[in-house]
Amino acid sequence: MIEIEGVTKLYKMGSETIHALLGVALKIHRNEYLAIMGPSGSGKSTLMNMLGCLDTPTAGRYEFNGKHVAAMSDDELAEIRNREIGFVFQTFNLLPRSTALSNVELPLIYAGFSAQDRRARAIEALENVGLGNRMTHKPNELSGGQRQRVAIARALVNRPSIILADEPTGNLDSRTGVEIMELFEQLYDQGNTIIVVTHEEDIARHARRIVRLRDGLIESDRPAD
Amino acid sequence: MKRIIYEINESFRIAFAQIRANKMRSVLTALGVIIGIVAVTLMGTAISGIDRGFQNSLAMLGDDVLYVQKWPWGPVEDWWNYQNRPIIRPESAERLNQIIEDTPGSLLEIAAPVVARGASVKAGENQVNGVAVFGTTGNYARMMSAEFKEGRLFNEAEAASGRQVCVLGFDVAEALFATTSPIDQMVLIRGQPFMVIGVLAKQGSFLGLFSFDSQAIMPLNAYRKYFGVHANSAQLRVKVRDKNRMDEAKEELIGAMRRVRGQLPGERDSFSINQQQAFREQLDPIKQGIALAGLFITGLSLFVGAIGIMNITFVSVKERTKEIGTRKALGARRRTILLQFLIEAVSICLIGGAVGLSLTFGLCLLLQATMPSLPVVFSFSLVIVSMVVAVVTGVVSGFAPAWGASRLDPVDALRYE
Repeated sequence: MIEIEGVTKLYKMGSETIHALLGVALKIHRNEYLAIMGPSGSGKSTLMNMLGCLDTPTAGRYEFNGKHVAAMSDDELAEIRNREIGFVFQTFNLLPRSTALSNVELPLIYAGFSAQDRRARAIEALENVGLGNRMTHKPNELSGGQRQRVAIARALVNRPSIILADEPTGNLDSRTGVEIMELFEQLYDQGNTIIVVTHEEDIARHARRIVRLRDGLIESDRPAD
Repeated sequence: MKRIIYEINESFRIAFAQIRANKMRSVLTALGVIIGIVAVTLMGTAISGIDRGFQNSLAMLGDDVLYVQKWPWGPVEDWWNYQNRPIIRPESAERLNQIIEDTPGSLLEIAAPVVARGASVKAGENQVNGVAVFGTTGNYARMMSAEFKEGRLFNEAEAASGRQVCVLGFDVAEALFATTSPIDQMVLIRGQPFMVIGVLAKQGSFLGLFSFDSQAIMPLNAYRKYFGVHANSAQLRVKVRDKNRMDEAKEELIGAMRRVRGQLPGERDSFSINQQQAFREQLDPIKQGIALAGLFITGLSLFVGAIGIMNITFVSVKERTKEIGTRKALGARRRTILLQFLIEAVSICLIGGAVGLSLTFGLCLLLQATMPSLPVVFSFSLVIVSMVVAVVTGVVSGFAPAWGASRLDPVDALRYE
């Protein structure tokens, strides 16, 4: 489903050029559960941005469901992010003044669903993550774990091809973190494709395949034990 | 298409949530717009008020009447050339009417002499000072622009015999006869008794300079009896048959007047022909100047308000950079983000515009109540215009920050703390 090859990303910081990725090749198939690991500076954030179509590679090929992403315009990328990718962030990134329901509806607005369809789908997604009774609450009325569940519901609501989670448990205590990872497990069992970016071994162990990066290159790519 | 409507809806929802969440800031920002809109709309009402005042005043002169006078309307540089002109005697009107009658197919209809002076008018205990007293003939009835509230003008016979009858202006009648009808009542004009036979309807003032309602009209012959010294210098008012042929009529009148005055060929006219049009030509540039200067000055205050909006939109974009990143990650396009912040700026402007407009409306009502003579006009078109101005202000001032927001790189925006 995802196929990248020879992907390179350079950043210019003043007069220096930073090589964040130095020719990475990766294939991800439908209904995989993948962890991307690496120390800071390894290029794992850059790779995640690339996979999430938030950024385009300096060089190399990126195919998403057969579509070439590298040459897409900003608006085409937005379209792909909207329909194909569900983001889960470390800091949840919920809109503070909107209810859980409105937050989950947001991607559907950009997708052009009617208010009725939006509501129905958002309710379904929230129920799916066990928040059927918290829909009218605003983020500041929810616990950290509940906020991340809202964010996951939001990521799922447009039925994306992949769920891309960046340190999803980084801002949660370990017990809540475990709950969230159980939720991912459940979503994986339902047939979703999940990519988790993390630096914690405990979290990565939940995945079925672990890709390790170092200095902009893939160091290892093997099934989790 | 559907999608953009949802996006706009959502943008309005966010905008109002945002305004509610930052009440103080929004109020202060809107204040700039409110002041701007109040200034501009008040200026607008003032300008249209002045304009209406102009139109009303000019209408009182009559658009089918030519005025034969010693002096032209408007400024002259070579005043000495006019100073030495012989006065225009009231009798010239009779000569002029004779010539008009003898000219087949004349474009002129009739002439009437008008003499005038100020005098006090008294009835019982009540007295009005500084009333403009006019003496004229029965022909005057055919070129009057004023309407009668009650009664009539004296007829030809009354005028010829110099009967002591008069027509009062609205304000004079009001002041002298508050409770009863003035018709057939006696008034003393400069101590002489006159019987009131008519009252004019309310007309208002001419450009705010003098009131048409503070006048009295009497037969020329009666006027002469009592104001003899002032009765020799008159103006002639000449009614034109077809007001679409004013210029030709004017040419004919010049020729006729030269005959009346016995002027030789080559000699310069010893009189001026004045008409409403001349006033208009003189006043229009002044009016436009006032409008332009006024709108420019008030436009400045709106400009300051717009800068406030721009500033607050920049702040809003900065504060919500991370939110912009999130929205982009969830599939918001550039257009979506642009719209969102534009609509936020426009919403503040619309609120400011609505508040400003209501304030202007209130001020207009207040002005009308306290100073009825001011020609304040609050029109419906003003509502449309000010709302359009508010929207344009919002779009113009919000565009730069909104554009910046729409161009943010999603990765950078998400990383922004």
